[in-house]
Amino acid sequence: MAVLLTKNSRVIVQGITGKEGAFHTAQMLEYGTNVVGGVTPGKGGQKSEHGLPVFNSIKDAVKETGANATTIFVPPPFAADAVMEAVGASLELAVCITEGIPVKDMSKIIGFLRHSKTILVGPNCPGVITPGVGKMGIMPGFIHKPGKIGVISRSGTLTYEAVSQLTAEGLGQSTCIGIGGDPIIGLPHLEAVKLLAEDPDTEGIVMIGEIGGTAEEDASLYIKENVKKPVVGFIAGQTAPPGRRMGHAGAIISGGAGTAESKMKAMREAGIYVCESPADIGKKMKEALG
Amino acid sequence: MKIHEYQAKEILRKYKITVPNGYVTENAGEASSIYEKLGTSVVVVKAQIHAGGRGKGGGVKLAKSADEAKELANQIIGMNLVTHQTGPEGKEVLRVLLEEGMDIKKEYYVGITLDRKQSKPVIMVSTEGGMEIEEVAAKTPEKIVKETIDPNLGLLPNQASYLSYSLGLEGDYAKLAAKFFLGLWKAYDNEDASMVEINPLVTTGDGRVLALDCKMDFDDNAEYRQSEHPPLRDLTEEDDLEVEASKYNLNYVRLDGEIGCMVNGAGLAMATMDIIKHHGSSPANFLDVGGGANPETVTNGFKIILSDKNVKGIFVNIFGGIVRCDRIANGIVEAAKNVNINVPLVVRLAGTNAELAKEILENSGIKMIVGDTLRDGAEKITQAIK
Repeated sequence: MAVLLTKNSRVIVQGITGKEGAFHTAQMLEYGTNVVGGVTPGKGGQKSEHGLPVFNSIKDAVKETGANATTIFVPPPFAADAVMEAVGASLELAVCITEGIPVKDMSKIIGFLRHSKTILVGPNCPGVITPGVGKMGIMPGFIHKPGKIGVISRSGTLTYEAVSQLTAEGLGQSTCIGIGGDPIIGLPHLEAVKLLAEDPDTEGIVMIGEIGGTAEEDASLYIKENVKKPVVGFIAGQTAPPGRRMGHAGAIISGGAGTAESKMKAMREAGIYVCESPADIGKKMKEALG
Repeated sequence: MKIHEYQAKEILRKYKITVPNGYVTENAGEASSIYEKLGTSVVVVKAQIHAGGRGKGGGVKLAKSADEAKELANQIIGMNLVTHQTGPEGKEVLRVLLEEGMDIKKEYYVGITLDRKQSKPVIMVSTEGGMEIEEVAAKTPEKIVKETIDPNLGLLPNQASYLSYSLGLEGDYAKLAAKFFLGLWKAYDNEDASMVEINPLVTTGDGRVLALDCKMDFDDNAEYRQSEHPPLRDLTEEDDLEVEASKYNLNYVRLDGEIGCMVNGAGLAMATMDIIKHHGSSPANFLDVGGGANPETVTNGFKIILSDKNVKGIFVNIFGGIVRCDRIANGIVEAAKNVNINVPLVVRLAGTNAELAKEILENSGIKMIVGDTLRDGAEKITQAIK
């Protein structure tokens, strides 16, 4: 079954005719993803370079293709609106890859999102992959292997590192969710954990966090009370100085909040297997599964 | 992006928020004429640096005559100001802001920032003006009153009024404070600020409510639509190497350790710093060269890292996703030929064609150690610098 991206997902790409969108659509198709079309306003009726139908709007795409999920490769000034278009068309899943969306734009739409039927993953994320089924995003498909471990992470390459460690230990993945490195994201750690905790095909969860905010603490509290599956955790930024943004817009310790120590403490108190070193993620999951 | 107090107050004026009369200067000679122009018997001379705690460090002084204003400005401009936020090395002061003196009745605090938990802005007020808000939050959290702002409605008049009465303000002061808060929200919202802080906000004997100090920080993601902001950037407030790195579109943060790190992706870059610490050494920097990691970015990355004289070794950790590792390896070899790398270099490449990449690195004739895994690479670089 997996979560978010399943065999029933019919995927469109917003920004399919742009350079990034076109390139990654080709990669998604090569991985076997069920991409059914794309949206670029003004180019409706054309075919994309992959031979897929292009529509002027998501509503048109839904009517013609029965799409229920979208991957968004739209430049920052228009990305929040692109997400709202997906919400307006009642898609089940929107994965927003775009990096650099102003915080104000996300802040304005997040209330609508939380009350809609659309789940937003991202923005500023590598996307979602269900190995063997498909990928919506920019991650390299070949490092993944179908299996029973769910992965949640705010970053791109660090997620690939964790996944390759799991694969090297012989542990495949159910679904890997790159939730995004911005201060406002659609699917925070807590909500992603809930999905994987309830997924019968997921037997263990890797939760990778980083400095900034308190999303990892919130998820840890939930895990302590509700999750029986083994959870392995790592927090990036143990050596980051306070007050400095470490690449991701959301990765900053401010006013003493959002430190790695606080997150690791919350994780330990929740019974999560915490890795001090990012090289131990795969090994630790193997141990946790017994 | 952070800006100076005098720049932030200029922005507040645009939103009809009351701030003291004042003028900024880089020339101490102008201080006496500014004193005369302000016309108050006492004038405040304030050092303009980004760091807080200027008063305690001797960067804020009172002048009671034109001559004294000039003398104090002369003292402060060019001084090396050390505060708890500058670090022990301090910061050279290049300009001062001279402001009218006033009869202060009481000091308060007001700030607006993003509440990440709610994904909405929050406005906070406190009667403990002049104190750091983190300290107030830790010791006497009951003295902070917060209101969550719906970003689509903005701060509502009833919220602004509630906040001013909760500070114990009365009569015209309460009305002026509420107006102040509404203006402050407008400034925060229109300017795409990520933080605005007035500490202290003061009431005066002559019936005014005004911003005695102001800190403002902008959301860098919104720069494309804030054309007035880039000129406000003060490069002298930033680390030279960080400024240099930003010209090459490299995301670099200088730290005080000994191993230079070059990584693709922010999360992996932080994790690489962490693993270096885990193996008993310390990272000299955070450096994310982005997804591509091409010869140009890698060359620039090496140059920036090697400009830091504390660097005793370099650890390159690249996870090649869509970009093939053999191409990245060729890029690293080319970059290493362009830059004289005189410290131990460990390169770890993972992802597509990693084996081929390893061969390219090993046969390149360039002195480097190839790491197999993240752990192996971290072990090898920490060993190599011993």
